[in-house]
Amino acid sequence: MNILSLFVLIPLLMLLGLWISRSVNQVRGVIVCGSSALLLLAAWLTYTYVTVRQGGNTQEMLFTDSVSWYAPLNICYSVGVDGISVVMLLLSAIIVFTGTFASWKIQPMTKEYFLWFTLLSIGVFGFFISTDLFTMFMFYEVALIPMYLLIGVWGSGKKEYAAMKLTLMLMGGSAFLLMGILGIYYGSGATTMNLLELVKLHIPTEMQRIFFPMIFVGFGVLGALFPFHTWSPDGHASAPTAVSMLHAGVLMKLGGYGCFRIAMYLMPEGAAIWGDFFLVLTTISVVYGAFSAVVQTDLKYINAYSSVSHCGLVLFALLMMTRVSCTGAILQMLSHGLMTALFFALIGMIYGRTHTRDVRELNGLMKIMPFLAVGYVIAGLANLGLPGLSGFVAEMTVFVGSFQNADLFHRVCTIIATMSIVITAVYILRVVGKILYGTCKNPEHLKLTDATWDERFAVICLVVCVAGLGLAPYWVSNVISESVEPIISQIIP
Amino acid sequence: MEYTILILALPVLSFLLLALAGMKMSHRLAGTIGTLVLGVVAVLSYLTAYQYFSAPRMADGTYATLIPYHITWLPFTETLHIDMGILLDPISVMMLVVISTVSLMVHLYSFGYMKGERGFQRYYAYLSLFTFSMLGLVVATNIFQMYVFWELVGVSSYLLIGFYYTKPEAISASKKAFIVTRFADLGFLIGILIYGYYMGTFTFTPDQQMLMQGGMMLPWALGLMFVGGAGKSAMFPLHIWLPDAMEGPTPVSALIHAATMVVAGVYQVARMFTLYMGYAPETIHIVAYVGAFTAFYAAAVACAQSDIKRVLAFSTISQIGFMMVALGVCTSAHPHEGGLGYMASMFHLFTHAMFKALLFLGAGCIIHAVHSNEMSTMGGLRKYMPITHWTFLIACLAISGIPPFSGFFSKDEILTACFAFSPVIGWVMTVIAGMTSFYMFRLYYCIFWGKENKELHAAHTPHESPLTMTLPLMILAAITCVAGFIPFGHFVSSNGTSYDIHLDWSVAGTSIVVALIAIALATWMYLREDQPVADALQRTFPKLHRAAYKRFYMDELWLFVTKKIIFRCVSAPLAWFDRHVIDQFLNFLAWATNALGEEVQPLQNGRIQTYTLWFLGGIVVLTLMLLLV
Repeated sequence: MNILSLFVLIPLLMLLGLWISRSVNQVRGVIVCGSSALLLLAAWLTYTYVTVRQGGNTQEMLFTDSVSWYAPLNICYSVGVDGISVVMLLLSAIIVFTGTFASWKIQPMTKEYFLWFTLLSIGVFGFFISTDLFTMFMFYEVALIPMYLLIGVWGSGKKEYAAMKLTLMLMGGSAFLLMGILGIYYGSGATTMNLLELVKLHIPTEMQRIFFPMIFVGFGVLGALFPFHTWSPDGHASAPTAVSMLHAGVLMKLGGYGCFRIAMYLMPEGAAIWGDFFLVLTTISVVYGAFSAVVQTDLKYINAYSSVSHCGLVLFALLMMTRVSCTGAILQMLSHGLMTALFFALIGMIYGRTHTRDVRELNGLMKIMPFLAVGYVIAGLANLGLPGLSGFVAEMTVFVGSFQNADLFHRVCTIIATMSIVITAVYILRVVGKILYGTCKNPEHLKLTDATWDERFAVICLVVCVAGLGLAPYWVSNVISESVEPIISQIIP
Repeated sequence: MEYTILILALPVLSFLLLALAGMKMSHRLAGTIGTLVLGVVAVLSYLTAYQYFSAPRMADGTYATLIPYHITWLPFTETLHIDMGILLDPISVMMLVVISTVSLMVHLYSFGYMKGERGFQRYYAYLSLFTFSMLGLVVATNIFQMYVFWELVGVSSYLLIGFYYTKPEAISASKKAFIVTRFADLGFLIGILIYGYYMGTFTFTPDQQMLMQGGMMLPWALGLMFVGGAGKSAMFPLHIWLPDAMEGPTPVSALIHAATMVVAGVYQVARMFTLYMGYAPETIHIVAYVGAFTAFYAAAVACAQSDIKRVLAFSTISQIGFMMVALGVCTSAHPHEGGLGYMASMFHLFTHAMFKALLFLGAGCIIHAVHSNEMSTMGGLRKYMPITHWTFLIACLAISGIPPFSGFFSKDEILTACFAFSPVIGWVMTVIAGMTSFYMFRLYYCIFWGKENKELHAAHTPHESPLTMTLPLMILAAITCVAGFIPFGHFVSSNGTSYDIHLDWSVAGTSIVVALIAIALATWMYLREDQPVADALQRTFPKLHRAAYKRFYMDELWLFVTKKIIFRCVSAPLAWFDRHVIDQFLNFLAWATNALGEEVQPLQNGRIQTYTLWFLGGIVVLTLMLLLV
């Protein structure tokens, strides 16, 4: 059997295990075993992938496999990975693993929570391993539905509104997506839905003109493309900790990944036609998200708008359409996934203690919970692009790459986008100064305790990953840029 | 010279050790680890300097540029990649010596100064981090590595300014320092992007062919990079963060905000010097004008401050202005006269680092003794603190440019270079040098002579600091006494060849006379207990005094821009737009769908008659359509 299928099979076994478990401890046992197995699998896959590539294998996708699923429409379950999907799988496995520890004490209905959580991860993993358009779409939908219940049942604040809004907007996106996929299928006159086959056919330019924006917007909604981003602040703010982590950390990456792998890969002419238009939108996302974050008062809203800005940078870099900028986009997905997961984990832990996320009500947490506070500072510094942490590597690759696109319009967009690094510093330091430093004014908060072992474990894992990527970016960047090559050469011959 | 890697590796190890395990250590152990590591680093730096400068020169009379260590850290394209490495040339070796010396002194001094402070271990961890970043900055092999470490020194400075994190002033000062320099770094980053694109490399020595093609973009690239340098080096109008940065512990001000980090901008211009000379000679003169104006502005403000650390901060800004001017007045016209400013700037950087660190550490002793920064709590301290008094006086004489102290020699070279460029700049800088002597001696008299605050001193008698604090003072004072006699031109000069410093007595004589007049004026005004002249001046020009005290309202202006414009006029409306326009539109869509559903719902009322009616109506319409079409 293909090892990639294990990424779907292990969560399925986890579902089975969860279904038959009787106590909370059994649930935890199953979920820890499963997520560790996934993490090990992802690590092993990365290792194997790198060795195979070093062995001189230059095929576009490795570990490919295909099983016919619904013959009349040529739908297959086909899998395969390149460097981009490998790093995305690794990212997802890390987030699922740490998310497990971040939601260790989730109440009530622990079992049901983890059931939906696992189902969500099936969707994510399945999406990244698939190479068949329809299978991808199916996994995409699998990832969306559990979100509604996870937010609606275990969330906080305006959770029903947020859950409904998120689901409806993303569903609206996937309607466009489905039309786009069918458009590609019929437009190319193909007898397959496999990406690797489809790319060899030429889709008529007129078709591309119509269907490129459909797919790009469809995925763009998930990638927080302005003006389709407003599900993100409400959704992230209401979701329970691990769901925010998984959603901002991984699910939003499905958007960027889809835009690159489907929209731009299959429809390069469409990308050329629509590129400038979408570039303006993404530039707005980058700056607008950052400016909006400055005046927010809820920690999760700040981070959600920050995600809008950073994910905007992913799409921005993709649309710059140079080799380096696309590598930067993938690096930015990876980096943002890790650091935003860390952020949401820490916010969740602070909220779990203080029961408020309002920056005006929190002061002087550094003295009360030093571990969490230091973690928060590190996450903040990663977010504002401090060298040595992941954000810097990604942002610099994006900016250097974008600058390779030499015409005036792209230059202006690049310079506007670089402004975000200053504004990011403003909103991060504002929060750090307000909630961590100073003296605690609320006597209730003085009694609070620092992180427990499970929380420490989750935070340390993520910090190590963020620092690891930031200190030694060489191999990740190499793995990604090799795989960006075949996709980008479709766009710029 | 492979061991130079240890100069970078040791501080980073000590940072990791102290950051991860520091809380479990005793104060003494943590401090000892930090100081010992720095001691080793200093020894290695001196060894490097000795080996480097004692090695035979190349055929053209310059010292070889060595790159003993070099890796590719982050690849972009074949030619563009961020490398990490160590580059040794005269100025980077000189900087290694400066940084490790001052840092060692500060490590030693902090033992006494920070004794018993909460977070002592954290303090030493940050110091190690800073030292590592600063050393990495000066040995950068390419502009991007410089930027990487540039950001790291920025964050170490942020952490150290905010060391007393329960103090609101410290929090806002650290935030301000980071954000203002970040804003300037945006210019640096865009400059690097332009440089990388048109030069096809991030190294300091682009290809000749690329230079021919992209040379016309270099003034832009260098100018934007200078914006970053101006931010770090507190050039007007980006200087506003530096006076506030004095909220940090005083030894930190000595290390970061006087001797090392704030001269990074000067170092950056010096690093790009050959490119400036060859392709952007006009741009470097802009550097000179910015430097001259800053030097004047800061000197004027320093005359009216009452907080001793603020006086020193503005004095630092002013002196960095001198260094910038020296670089900016260089021309490629005459090989030695034109390039004199380069040597003078580096020389002044060296001497200034020593005597300004001395001044700050001395101020630290004073603050330690009277528990306040305000001049009004001081006066007459010479009786209580003899060592601090004498070393402070030496530093004041040095900064005023009185021979034989080090500042005289370096400042004289700067003035000579200025006069060679244009007599106007020369005279302006001479006047500013006079202002320097005036405000420094005003400071000196107000602290050690003048009116003693007897009430306060009776309640708490000021006392001399312990040896760990006075020893660094004495060492730095000794350096200040002799550093002027170093034949600096033999080591550093604009074209790399050996150059003998000779005093131009017409310039030197003028500057000594001006300095002496200024000192005499300060003595006349501030030596005695009652200060009728100073008070009268303050009464006669209340507005001017108030404006200078308020730093000519630059901070208010910045506050207006950030609070009013960015917060109120950009961010708040955007956030409102997001909530009330985009979101409301979506809510409207949801509402419209619902409302439509409500409207359509009555059609499904379950009455067979209605359905039949619709059915028949439909048939009629369809038939009509068929018939008509």
